[in-house]
Amino acid sequence: MEAVIQSRRKERVDRGIKVRTDGVYAVSSWREITYLVAPRLLLIGGLVLLPLMLSAVPYWQKVLSIICIYSLLAISFDFLAHFVGLVSLGGALYIGIGAYTAALLNTHLGLPPILTIPLATILGGGICTLLLWPCLPLRGVYFAIVSLMFPLLAARVIEALDIFGGTDGILGVVGLPNKWVEMYVLLGAVLIILFGLRRLVNEDVGLVFRGVKDNDQAVKASGINIITFKALGVFIASAMGCLGGAMLSHLYMWAGISQFALDFSIIPIAATVVGGGGTLAGPVLGCLLLVPISELLRDFGTLRIAVYAVILCAFIVFKSEGLMVYGSRKYQQFERWVQI
Amino acid sequence: MSAETMLSLKGVTKRFGGVQALTEVDMEVRRGDILGIIGPNGCGKTTLVNCITGFVRPDQGQVIFQGRDITGWPPHKVADAGLTRTFQVMRPYYSLAAYKNLIVPLFSPRARRTGGWRGGGRMGDRNTVAVDILEEIGFERDSYVPYKTASSLPTGYLKRLELARCLALRPDLIICDEVFSGLSMSEMASMLPLMEKLRAEGVTLIMVEHRLRELFSLANRVMVLNFGAKVCEGNSEEVMANEEVKRAYFGSEEVFEYV
Repeated sequence: MEAVIQSRRKERVDRGIKVRTDGVYAVSSWREITYLVAPRLLLIGGLVLLPLMLSAVPYWQKVLSIICIYSLLAISFDFLAHFVGLVSLGGALYIGIGAYTAALLNTHLGLPPILTIPLATILGGGICTLLLWPCLPLRGVYFAIVSLMFPLLAARVIEALDIFGGTDGILGVVGLPNKWVEMYVLLGAVLIILFGLRRLVNEDVGLVFRGVKDNDQAVKASGINIITFKALGVFIASAMGCLGGAMLSHLYMWAGISQFALDFSIIPIAATVVGGGGTLAGPVLGCLLLVPISELLRDFGTLRIAVYAVILCAFIVFKSEGLMVYGSRKYQQFERWVQI
Repeated sequence: MSAETMLSLKGVTKRFGGVQALTEVDMEVRRGDILGIIGPNGCGKTTLVNCITGFVRPDQGQVIFQGRDITGWPPHKVADAGLTRTFQVMRPYYSLAAYKNLIVPLFSPRARRTGGWRGGGRMGDRNTVAVDILEEIGFERDSYVPYKTASSLPTGYLKRLELARCLALRPDLIICDEVFSGLSMSEMASMLPLMEKLRAEGVTLIMVEHRLRELFSLANRVMVLNFGAKVCEGNSEEVMANEEVKRAYFGSEEVFEYV
């Protein structure tokens, strides 16, 4: 007998609880409130408790700090790429500028970390924005290429002119008081920036940013200078990166040209792909996954990069939408097969 | 008519490489006018709009808007001065809900200065004003249409959204680049009263159009372009009677006779 070919397709339907919690009825019962709050509490609670859970293994506490720095970069990449429309490969520039600014403020002016870190965040963001200003009219891959060039350029200039300690870097940067301060300042920064940005992109200013991403001509025709808004977006993103860089230089008590290394440009992008672009929380998730994997693979020696690449490829091929998108879909919708 | 001049063009010329897109175009629009601009495909209508609104810089000539020389101003400054345009190819923010599309113009410096559409930005929050504009322009407030993402809206609504984006700025002059093109007859029929309402409210309009019947019912003056040069200007009967216009527009046989 011939097999009957039945065509069917997958239908996705919002879960009842997702629909009920969309409006003001979200506060109608504890069940609804829990549905909304649980994922957020899981993230916040998890991040706050992680340092304590890792207190037995100080090495992994250090890794946690690095995860946070990469998370800052990944959120900044996601924000620029998916909400302002600038694909920036300048993560290394932001880290480098932040690290050098903090180190110079600390060693030359003798400022304590409590001042150098906020100053480096603001000043560094300003410097990065000024550097990238001439490139702001560019879009898409052109902006990506130019922003990739800057960290390479900065490293070579420091090396060639032998400024800021040349290849040795700036030594003798004051460390942070203790590891708890390190971790909680970074975790706090990640959480505040994550939830702050999520709110920002839905405010009126954020809608203009998203307008620039969707259709910059229409924004111009609405009487808004898009260069101003792109510059503001780059400032927000680069300041986040510089915060990470400043923390890094105090963490290592050193600032050097390896902080312009391309890892800082590339890993955040990988994390965004794995975690799910356009979600802001996804990139943090991606970093929580990728950075530890990269640490665990140290045993493989030089094969580390190869294994890492295979994992990345697998993610891109099998779950290209990203973990966060996949997860929130499962959380909010159920799927069923319907016959056509 | 002695109404004040809103916009005047003096000898606007634009070349793209070897292509002469516009040649010495003169034009004048007075307050309350509805000027139609027609012409065959590729005659420079959209280039003219681009030159006026700053998306393209004219090689020669002057664009004077409300007594100010705005030649070569960037688009956002032109819009800020009160001269807005719609795009022939619709340019909504696809990922945003329809009413959120209007938050962007309502957030612009001009709208914050003037209160935007009917000064509404001063009274209510921008979301309410945005839905007000959409309701005025044919999005049913209580339906879900204004709250759908722009990517899921049909062409007719997107054209209206273009117009709504201009209205949000509370402009002095709107240039509509082919608002009727690509619309079904019924969509067009529902769009016409809208334009008539705008006219009744005294908005000055320039309409670039291919739909002559709809245009002639609205416009009080019509200008014809061909090969980037002005062929003639006048009311609709004068234009239709003009021999050169017939030649440019309706038939090539007569042209062959001249050759």
